[in-house]
Amino acid sequence: MGAQVIALPAAARRAPVAAPAGEATQDYSLFLRHDPGGETEMAFAVEGIDCAACIDEIEDGAEALPGVARARLNYTTHRLTVGWQAGAEAKPAELLAALARLGYRAYPFEADRLEEIENATSRHLLRCLAVAGFAMMNIMLLSVSVWSGNVTDITPETRDFFHWLSALIALPAAAYAGQPFFQSAFRALKARSLNMDVPITLGVLLALGVSVFETLNSAQHAYFDSAVMLLFFLLTGRYLDHAMRRKTRAEAGNLAALKATRANRIEPDGSLVTVPAAAIRPGDEVMLRAGERAPVDGVVLSGAAAVDESLVTGETLPRAVAAGESVHAGSLVHDGVLRLRTTAVGEDTFLDEIERLLDRASTARGRYIRLADRAARLYAPMVHTTALLSLIGWLVAGASVHHAVLIAVAVLIITCPCALALAVPAVQVVAAGALMRAGVLLNSGDTFERLAEVDTVAFDKTGTLTLPEPRLANEDAVPAHLLDVAARLALASTHPLARAVALARPGAVAPAELAEVPGAGVEGEIDGVPARLGSPVFCRCEALAARIAAGAPDASLVAVRLGEECAVLKVRQALRPDARAVIDTLRRAGRHVVLISGDRREAVAPVAAELSIEDWWAEARPADKIAVLDSLSAARRRVLMVGDGLNDAPSLASAHVSLSPITAADVTRAHADAVFLGERLAPVLTALAVSARARHLMRQNLMIAVIYNFIAVPLAIAGYVTPLVAALAMSGSSVIVTLNALRARLGTRGGN
Amino acid sequence: MGVLLYLVPAALTLGLLGLGAFMWSLRSGQYEDLDGAAVRVLADDDLADGEPAVGAGRR
Repeated sequence: MGAQVIALPAAARRAPVAAPAGEATQDYSLFLRHDPGGETEMAFAVEGIDCAACIDEIEDGAEALPGVARARLNYTTHRLTVGWQAGAEAKPAELLAALARLGYRAYPFEADRLEEIENATSRHLLRCLAVAGFAMMNIMLLSVSVWSGNVTDITPETRDFFHWLSALIALPAAAYAGQPFFQSAFRALKARSLNMDVPITLGVLLALGVSVFETLNSAQHAYFDSAVMLLFFLLTGRYLDHAMRRKTRAEAGNLAALKATRANRIEPDGSLVTVPAAAIRPGDEVMLRAGERAPVDGVVLSGAAAVDESLVTGETLPRAVAAGESVHAGSLVHDGVLRLRTTAVGEDTFLDEIERLLDRASTARGRYIRLADRAARLYAPMVHTTALLSLIGWLVAGASVHHAVLIAVAVLIITCPCALALAVPAVQVVAAGALMRAGVLLNSGDTFERLAEVDTVAFDKTGTLTLPEPRLANEDAVPAHLLDVAARLALASTHPLARAVALARPGAVAPAELAEVPGAGVEGEIDGVPARLGSPVFCRCEALAARIAAGAPDASLVAVRLGEECAVLKVRQALRPDARAVIDTLRRAGRHVVLISGDRREAVAPVAAELSIEDWWAEARPADKIAVLDSLSAARRRVLMVGDGLNDAPSLASAHVSLSPITAADVTRAHADAVFLGERLAPVLTALAVSARARHLMRQNLMIAVIYNFIAVPLAIAGYVTPLVAALAMSGSSVIVTLNALRARLGTRGGN
Repeated sequence: MGVLLYLVPAALTLGLLGLGAFMWSLRSGQYEDLDGAAVRVLADDDLADGEPAVGAGRR
């Protein structure tokens, strides 16, 4: 019953979305996978899934199409896999149209190799975890009998039998489930360094070895349970860590598909085919129309246009290009049509300078050492020294070699970083979940630690403090009826400025007869009166425009004329709605705020003044931005860089930590530590707050682990640690640390 | 202690069965879409159209 209650309103309220542009033929061959049975398969990332009923709706809708054999939606990752019957022709365009009719926007999706590897590793960890869990429970069953038997009346024969049985379970299980640690420890030792896995491996191997030796000698105690329990807890931590990274990667993969650019390729026979940008090769000819972003680097073969390169350089005024000039990927065509010969695609579309700076910046970043690794570096030598010292101490004190070795092993087992291995990943998983709900997606696991140290925030202007799309700035100063006319005319144009004008009156209807005059504007009749929208010259109101331009050097002007009346509209990049509030909050929290932009001085100064930012730099080239960041870090400041342009990519990589909005250039998003969604700047604050809390909890957890060691190690050295004590201490500390990590979730819920 | 001779193998077999079941569920992809499994249980796709869901008639 519940499903139907949910289903009906959901289906009713969903309006069909516009089908993807269909004038040119679509070519999806890049995404199709053919399996040996003749079936064709293709994956899609689907937007707009928000309820249980969507699953049925989408799958049924897809399966109703001719030729479709099966459709399966993954509700967790929002991906749809569709299989076409052997022999039937795969028609992805038809499927996309069908989904659009149902109200879902879908995008062809290709899982990257890295994600495949992560998935395989994750499954392997889960198998190891299962084996360790099975072994732990069964050995514990036997161990509890031995422990209770030891204080009552167990016979030595039964005890030996139980110990042998434990060995039979523990040895193969440890050999299988310990692989992740053994391999990593081996790699570290081969590179002549120590990581957390070295003491783990040593502890597990010694515990198993000593236990076998003790079993052979019919001793009272064996440590099989400790060794396997250790592996189980450590694998839990490792799996959690992995699950978090896998989830953010899946999310990032969907975003990449959603943002994937399409290109209009001109075939040798002159026809136009729409293909994914990834299918374009250097040398291909590409058509660019007004309102489209260049998917590749190219040289203009014919045509002329004004292109907006704000995503590339931060400069907000469009640049005129003509045949022979080059256009960079990410540039937005304002008006006109361009025919490009592709010079570079994909990763190669970096500007040379940016690529060089990026290389240098990323190597510098590599020096940051994670909190857990720092703890491990301190920890491993200390543990080994303590074990060795207690061995020598007991020998000097006159104990037998057998007794001294047993105590040294007990020290190694009890200090094995169970809680330490859970301390950081458990907090990360919970905090990453909290951030994801707040619209912040992480690219790397140690982002929290670095975000928490931030005391200075550097913003880029264009697209970061301001919205990526320009908005109408003087709505109040324009007579309402003229604005209505402007919005109606604007609907007919693909010019980005026209889009900003159309946004001012959402319900406007385009007049029936309109003519677009290339390079000038649109012309039509409204209620029998001739009307024009376009450049001031086209609307014959240069005098008015010149007066307005003098007061706003950073705005683009659009004029509208209705009969004898005319008005000039200022269109400019508007500040994000909460920019002022966010910057004030940052400042109140004692953080230094700076503005570094590649745009002109006249455009940056008013923004800096409006937000009362005192330290600002304009006309900064990528190298200048890095120089500013370097000077800040030389003053011992930890800088968070927030930026979106291609010109910001090197500075994002060189800053202590970086954020970028989802609308950023592809390269830039890839180099940011985290990406935030939506029009608001508030996620920056949330990210800082959650990470501060996460770091606090991580430290607290590490502290708990240290306190545990302070209690447990003296006991072990004194020789009081039996397998029972070890088991209690290990599970006790792990549970405390995990519970403490869950508080990261409680905190953010209150904060929102 | 003769009871151990069949109790211990029985316990181990049960444990191994559980492990085997988990491995099977892992291999058959049941951990790929945890959120989806939680909501698919609500779907009425086993009912023909028009047939009321169980419980709906009781009101």
